[in-house]
Amino acid sequence: MDRKLLLEHIGVEGIHTHDVYRKQGGYKAVEKALKSMSPDDIVEEVKKSGLRGRGGAGFPTGMKWSFIAKPEGVPRHFLCNADESEPGTFKDRYLMEKIPHLLIEGMILSSYALGCNQSYIYIRGEYMYVLQILEKAIAEAYANGWLGKNIKGSGFDLDLAVTTGAGAYICGEETALIESLEGKRGNPRIKPPFPAVKGLWGRPTVVNNVETIAAVVPIVNEGGDAYAQFGIGRSTGTKLISASGNINKPGVYEINMGITVEEFIYSDTYCGGMKNGKKLKACVPGGSSVPILPHYLVCKTAAGEDRLMSYESLSDGGFATGSMLGSGGFIVYDEDQCIVRNTWNFSRFYHHESCGQCSPCREGTGWMEKVLHRLEYGHGKMEDIDLLWDIQRKIEGNTICPLGDAAAWPVAAAIRHFREEFEWHVNEPKLCVTKNYGLVTEKKFEPVNA
Amino acid sequence: MSETNPKFKVTIDGVEVEVDPGTTILNAARLIGGDVVPPAMCYYSSLQGSGGKCRTCLVEVSKGSEKDPRPMPKLVVSCSTPIMDGMEVKNKSSEKVMDARAGVVEMLLINHPLDCPICDQAGECDLQNLAYEHGKSTTRYEFERRTFDKVDIGEYIKLHMTRCILCYRCVYTANQLTDQREHGILNRGDAAEIGTFIEKNLKNEFIGNVIDVCPVGALTDKTFRFRSRVWYTKPMDAHRDCKCCSGKAVVWMIGDEVARVTARKDQYGEVKEFICNECRFEKKEKSDWTIEGPRHIDRNSVISANHYEVEAPAHTPLLNKA
Ligand SMILES: Cc1cc2nc3c(=O)[nH]c(=O)nc-3n(C[C@H](O)[C@H](O)[C@H](O)COP(=O)(O)O)c2cc1C
Ligand code: SF4
Ligand code: SF4
Ligand code: FES
Repeated sequence: MDRKLLLEHIGVEGIHTHDVYRKQGGYKAVEKALKSMSPDDIVEEVKKSGLRGRGGAGFPTGMKWSFIAKPEGVPRHFLCNADESEPGTFKDRYLMEKIPHLLIEGMILSSYALGCNQSYIYIRGEYMYVLQILEKAIAEAYANGWLGKNIKGSGFDLDLAVTTGAGAYICGEETALIESLEGKRGNPRIKPPFPAVKGLWGRPTVVNNVETIAAVVPIVNEGGDAYAQFGIGRSTGTKLISASGNINKPGVYEINMGITVEEFIYSDTYCGGMKNGKKLKACVPGGSSVPILPHYLVCKTAAGEDRLMSYESLSDGGFATGSMLGSGGFIVYDEDQCIVRNTWNFSRFYHHESCGQCSPCREGTGWMEKVLHRLEYGHGKMEDIDLLWDIQRKIEGNTICPLGDAAAWPVAAAIRHFREEFEWHVNEPKLCVTKNYGLVTEKKFEPVNA
Repeated sequence: MSETNPKFKVTIDGVEVEVDPGTTILNAARLIGGDVVPPAMCYYSSLQGSGGKCRTCLVEVSKGSEKDPRPMPKLVVSCSTPIMDGMEVKNKSSEKVMDARAGVVEMLLINHPLDCPICDQAGECDLQNLAYEHGKSTTRYEFERRTFDKVDIGEYIKLHMTRCILCYRCVYTANQLTDQREHGILNRGDAAEIGTFIEKNLKNEFIGNVIDVCPVGALTDKTFRFRSRVWYTKPMDAHRDCKCCSGKAVVWMIGDEVARVTARKDQYGEVKEFICNECRFEKKEKSDWTIEGPRHIDRNSVISANHYEVEAPAHTPLLNKA
């Protein structure tokens, strides 16, 4: 089943405009829903589809929707999380830029399902040009009667607006996003209460990722059961993967979940193999927050089975030998790359992006960055490796929001799988500044795809 | 009452207590008192929204409730987690908690200037007490510590941001106690700082209370700065007729002089009745006040080791374990 569900018409000239999108079958799902489905019917289809949140955590969307509180007389809100700032992740941008009406259609369906009449798309400030594309598309949707009062005579009203962030990764965390949308400092809230009970302006709120919302369109069009035919196990449907790093064809790919990682990296349909014929050294399969995998755990699990592109298979083995699908930011490293440098780079990001509310994350992220910097630049000590381990351990699980974990995991995984390389940085303080570990050592990385 | 409003049973470090539904673990522990009470650096009962940030009050929930006895997977902040009926909590009796708390204390200290010898807060500093109990005497942090310039925020208050632990208490105080918001947090992460709007003066009637809610020496009273170590002054309960506030305060005397005026704090360092700026900063004559008698300080503090208080036991140890 190679069919695409989201990007099927991506190649059609002018698909970003309303008329072309409509000609390709766009807004059919809205017509169908408003004519023949109740809001609960849609929730039911989404439950049946097995769709899981594409923002990183993979929480079942139908279940999330059914948690929304419905107190009498209190408006509810539906928010689209388009803050996409996780290093290595750029799929939402691609979708919004190329086929903005798909997101708008998904917003209408989801808002209808949840009984929301005022919905927002919160987009990261750096995506200014995408904002313009979205605003144009929204204006077209209003002009064609898909938004506004009494949509297509159904009695359902929906207003949709886009608001922008100002360059903070933390505003992608759903409660920080809500604070920011309210015009406040983007600090994550302490949960409970969860947004489903008390979200935007204290009202019941659901936040979903761009891709999650877009996937509601094929689910309504074809039915939840049909959608669940795609994918494998509890990883139903298709997934957008942002592929980057030392591969021949970086870009955004829509995959049917369940294809092997090996196929994804080496087949010409996807990444097209390693660039310059180099060998695979490591892979971060789900965005910078997830554990890095060493080459021998990328295409195979510890049990020797094929590793698949799915939530379950990528996390097979737990953190000891597995990782996570996360947001689908798939970063590939070849034999020349330096893991210490990469880890330092990631930790620099988390240090910069911590909101600073909780002491372990505020102080610990800066501390890890400094220690990693020292190791990378040949001033490190052997004890630094254990120190790093201890710092990340003290952050993980002890903070308000998962950014603390996201900062800790990459450091832990790098030390777990590449300790030797950290030690080499200590033992070769001069060499490590001029050359990457992979280039100096004669270490051979077994080519998995011989 | 117990029929209309059933109580929840909770066990903390093996001690059982019955509390109203909705009570947090921390407040349940405070009802028991003593060793089972987790330290709280950011929570402040009277400030809405406070708590959850410093992470010093982390505890282990070894049994969720009678209905769902599963333990909670992660440590939780006791100041913001409501108890459930039949819940079992471990504070001091949990190794995991003590380890995590030591970690938090270490984090709080890595960028702290440790300038206690010249800090006005020394002797009544929550961080000092916390570090004494949970910290180590050496540091593993070998980098330059973060520093900020000292700034005057208004006529009476000095901000020494370098000492701040970003507990947000002063922000909530400024928001909730005074009618204008002119005080907040700028920037992010470990570059975050307390800021007043373009260094605008903090000068509304109740802003002086930010000094009392600050757990460390980041906000100090300019009318008292460097006058004396607090343990050389004698705290006396005193009151005066005030149009603006309750007029109930503590005056800290050096001989017959009023060296400073603060609000009255309870055993957890919390002010229950905030006082106005006039009482705090302008009434510095003994004749301004009706002195009630020596103030009993029952917090962990070197102040309680002073000898003026007749009833005090002769050998109250420094920083006793409460
Ligand atoms: C620090 C941080 C950053 C996040 N950034 C994003 C983001 O940019 N986009 C996103 O969809 N979810 C992001 N999330 C996850 C959201 O909190 C939330 O789980 C998600 O938007 C829910 O949507 P979903 O259920 O459709 O995945 C982030 C989470 C954290 C902790
Ligand atoms: S974990 Fe970090 S980013 Fe998240 S709330 Fe705490 S300090 Fe802020
Ligand atoms: S100045 Fe004091 S009260 Fe304000 S945030 Fe810093 S430590 Fe807390
Ligand atoms: S007192 Fe609970 S987190 Fe600070």
